[in-house]
Amino acid sequence: MSLWGESRAESADLTGRGLTCLIVGMREGVGMAEEVAVSDAVAVERTLAGDRDAYRVLVERHSRTVYRMAYRMMGNTHDAEEVVQESFLRAYQKLKQFAGNANFGTWVYRIAANYAIDRLRQRNVDEARREGPSKPGEDSLEVDPLSQVRDMSPSPERLAGSAQLADRMRAALAELSPAERTAIVMRHWDGCGIEEIAAVLKSNSNATKNTVFRAVQKLRRALTPFLEGKEARAMGTEG
Amino acid sequence: MKHRTEEELIGYQFGEVKERMEIAAHLKECAECREELVRIEAVFGALDTMPIPDPGEDYGERVWQRIAPRLGEKKARWWESIFVPQRLVAVGGIVALVILAFVAGRWTKPRVPVVDQADATKVRERVLVVAVGEHLGRTEMVLMELENAPEQKGQKAINISETQRRAEDLVEENRLYRQTALKEGDQAMASVLDELERVLLDIANSPEELTPAAFETIRKRIEEQGLLFKVRVVKQGLDERKANPDARPAENKTRGMERKKV
Repeated sequence: MSLWGESRAESADLTGRGLTCLIVGMREGVGMAEEVAVSDAVAVERTLAGDRDAYRVLVERHSRTVYRMAYRMMGNTHDAEEVVQESFLRAYQKLKQFAGNANFGTWVYRIAANYAIDRLRQRNVDEARREGPSKPGEDSLEVDPLSQVRDMSPSPERLAGSAQLADRMRAALAELSPAERTAIVMRHWDGCGIEEIAAVLKSNSNATKNTVFRAVQKLRRALTPFLEGKEARAMGTEG
Repeated sequence: MKHRTEEELIGYQFGEVKERMEIAAHLKECAECREELVRIEAVFGALDTMPIPDPGEDYGERVWQRIAPRLGEKKARWWESIFVPQRLVAVGGIVALVILAFVAGRWTKPRVPVVDQADATKVRERVLVVAVGEHLGRTEMVLMELENAPEQKGQKAINISETQRRAEDLVEENRLYRQTALKEGDQAMASVLDELERVLLDIANSPEELTPAAFETIRKRIEEQGLLFKVRVVKQGLDERKANPDARPAENKTRGMERKKV
């Protein structure tokens, strides 16, 4: 049924071998990524040998990358930080299952993505139970402090437009199902392959491709009117 | 000229489409598809501008400060302390006591009345019968909605988002009941639930808006497999079991139906 070809990524196992997205996400050169992986492997070995401080190196090195993914998934800083902490705790507890020759960064990323999707599902269930159908984007979303920070260059109109766009995007993302949100975050922002996403969603590649497609379709429907309106307004002011 | 679909263009943008060269050639020729691709790219461009609050340079250190107290001591080494020579005698004593208690327990333990266990099994079975019955009722509604959806001539796309959301919810439930039925050895029930799960998964994973042809395919599948009929019969069987808990499940009732349908 699917028109898409095979993903460029190898299928990923529990050890994190074959996961490529984090390396893409880190935008690092191959050499640098290898160095990090080797240094990670040493830190893992030392942690397993009883040196708890060696784990600190891993936490400090990978926290920000996991945080970026968690923020996009959860939509607010509080939940994102909780996902980061819980993921590193879980990774520590499961460290023995982690083969030393794999990439720790991609492994903890996978743990975080799994935990975040569980949290999103739980949040949806809780919200549905509490108040019935709600309208995301109106009152349920946290206002991102960064969207209100002043930039040095843009005009007030442009600034207002950017803040509005950021709000629209958050509202559109909040409308996605947990699986769709995970799929678009992993595919678009972190460059993960379909097999990697399928492993997190516990689904097959065709269904995962459909989930990615559905997510893009929904985001398009929510954002295009705004983007086209903005473009039209910009053309009007220029002319 | 046949235009490329939205799915193909999104796949192309992600670099994941099979016919990459063909689509690239088509895009050179077709202004309409080029414009469509630009619109898709604009959405991705907008997503790239989504701000993420900077957690600060010291974020990693803060995470460490928060989790370090919860890491505890290395679990792997707990057993090492047992083998300290001074403790070996005490540990040996505890082990002997445990063995003694176990042997004494085997001799003196009163026999648990079989009736209690049988009652517990019955209660469990009854709860399961009610739960599966309700699940089948909800599934029947989803299937009926699809089978009885009114046909509208000239309609280009059929929105099934509502039905889809309910199908998504039912998939997990269905999987759980199927596994339970298998464990309990109720093959007929497991087989019907398996068929249902496949259709529910297809519905849940389809695009929200289906072409009339794609919609018809799902409808035909439900019809050809006689799914609604099977669901109703199994549900009826469960209702009978609910009314008369001592009756055995009607084995092969659905299997017989399958033969009739085929």
